[in-house]
Amino acid sequence: MSRGRAWRIALVLAALLLLVFAVALASGSSLLSFDQVPRLLLWPDDSPAAEVLHRLRLPRALAAMSTGALLAMSGALMQVLLRNPLADPYVLGLSGAAALGALAMLALGCGLWAVQGGALVGALLAVAAVFFLGRHDMGRLDASSSQDDTPRLLLTGVMISSIAMAGVGLILSLAPGERLRGMLFWMMGDLSGSELSGWLLALPVLMCAALLPWARDLNLLLRGPGPAQMLGVPVRRVRAMVYLAASLGAAVAVCTAGTIGFVGLVVPHALRLLFGNDQRLLLPASALAGAAFLLAADTLARTVAAPLQLPVGVVTSLIGAPTFIVLLARRGGRV
Amino acid sequence: MTVRPLPLSVDTSLLATHELSVRVGSRTLVPALSFAIRPGEFWCLLGRNGVGKTLLLHTLAGARLPAAGLLQMGGKPLANWKLDELACWRGFMPQQLHDAFATPVLDVVLQGRHPHLSRWHWEGEADHALARAALARVGLAGFESRDVRSLSGGERQRVALATLITQDPPLALLDEPLAHLDLAQQLRMLTLLQDEVRQRGRAVLMSVHDLSLAERVATHVLLLPGDGAPAIAGPVAQVMQADTLSAAFDQPLRCHTLDGHRWWLPA
Repeated sequence: MSRGRAWRIALVLAALLLLVFAVALASGSSLLSFDQVPRLLLWPDDSPAAEVLHRLRLPRALAAMSTGALLAMSGALMQVLLRNPLADPYVLGLSGAAALGALAMLALGCGLWAVQGGALVGALLAVAAVFFLGRHDMGRLDASSSQDDTPRLLLTGVMISSIAMAGVGLILSLAPGERLRGMLFWMMGDLSGSELSGWLLALPVLMCAALLPWARDLNLLLRGPGPAQMLGVPVRRVRAMVYLAASLGAAVAVCTAGTIGFVGLVVPHALRLLFGNDQRLLLPASALAGAAFLLAADTLARTVAAPLQLPVGVVTSLIGAPTFIVLLARRGGRV
Repeated sequence: MTVRPLPLSVDTSLLATHELSVRVGSRTLVPALSFAIRPGEFWCLLGRNGVGKTLLLHTLAGARLPAAGLLQMGGKPLANWKLDELACWRGFMPQQLHDAFATPVLDVVLQGRHPHLSRWHWEGEADHALARAALARVGLAGFESRDVRSLSGGERQRVALATLITQDPPLALLDEPLAHLDLAQQLRMLTLLQDEVRQRGRAVLMSVHDLSLAERVATHVLLLPGDGAPAIAGPVAQVMQADTLSAAFDQPLRCHTLDGHRWWLPA
């Protein structure tokens, strides 16, 4: 991978994202033409079309892009941290705990803010618990070889998740019937109610910018903590940083849009199959492709069965899984 | 434990230990080891299975802390080294490597340049040239774009050696680099390391089980007799004696001379 090739791929992905963005803004119950979109976007008039664009479609599109970017980057980072190509942002129990927090708030009949807050608190508790329990594995060097010391970390996450899911099951079985629908939508991932804040937009950019200088260290971490340390990577610090960044990204994504599956697993994976496994390209590429993928999925979710709105998580899985299978089959298992 | 002041000569060495101990739990594997590696020396680390060769190498590489004693690199205590500077001073080749993801061989070899490059730099033409030359030297020219996971054990080992050559540290620590290699490749690797030592004044410390090959290349030997006995360090002719080796390996050994080489065989 050379710097020039990385830039070219990133630019192509950025152009793709822009295209999806334009399509997303144009489509919906009132179709806009492609020349209308930029005009209304930059110079809004008093027409209902401009109102729809600015009040409904734009915030939702931006939230989808941001969430998708965060999920894809978190997935890529978790895969590096655990040295496991099948890790995703939720693998360490974050989604279960977030769901528990959010559903508890929904069961109490609280509003959007409380639900998001509950999800965030749940996610952060899980992050802290896994970090505390796995702190020895996180810093263990075992320069010995490249011995995998991550199964314990992974299992801790799975257990935290099981505990949380038991709580989720309890709430679902006891909750009043009229609130069940909202809960199910939340659990499948849904962008319809998401609120947009400046922070949500800035976070993927900040995360990418903060981690890019360390991207070559991440490449070395894939060889194992021991060999990485021998080549000058401060393994303990980098792994803690990766874990916290990935968790924060996933936590914010979850409390914005619920647990949207597949983005964090499929996007980095597909990019690896297409462009190789250099984190200097993979991190920004994941952000761009993740944003485009979730935005496209959300646009489908709100238009394909209009006026019915599907949960976007269902769409990501329905598109993501078959695409992934095709990629795997074509590349002859070069995972 | 009190430590006596270091002798002066230690400061000219690449690596020096003073009363260094390696312990696992309550077991002392290497007690109070004092020795120094200087440029142009080829050290072989000998000893039975499980005697602590790997742990000693890890300790010397700075991957684990010694239970007691001092470890200096270039006259400076290990704790005063920054990780990236240390990586430009000593290289380490582990016994086994596990690759979880597909990666082209050239990218793995280029990772040897990591400590030499700043955070913002990408590997340039010069780095690529070094990596390709290293691959050619281990006999893997043309393997640049092969997936590292498709290699055989011996080929993977040679890629690791190419990475070490690309890293190009003055001091190389290798943990059983000859394992998995066929006879021709064993000799190729030893010749390569010997060239580095003789022509460029590098230093090597490697653990090895083949006593005859050790005898052929080593200038010095570090022998771990096990059972908590102190290590024996010194020039090859001084340490590699039939009685010393026989005791250390718990097996009567005899040395035969054939075609100008000394061969160690079970008696």
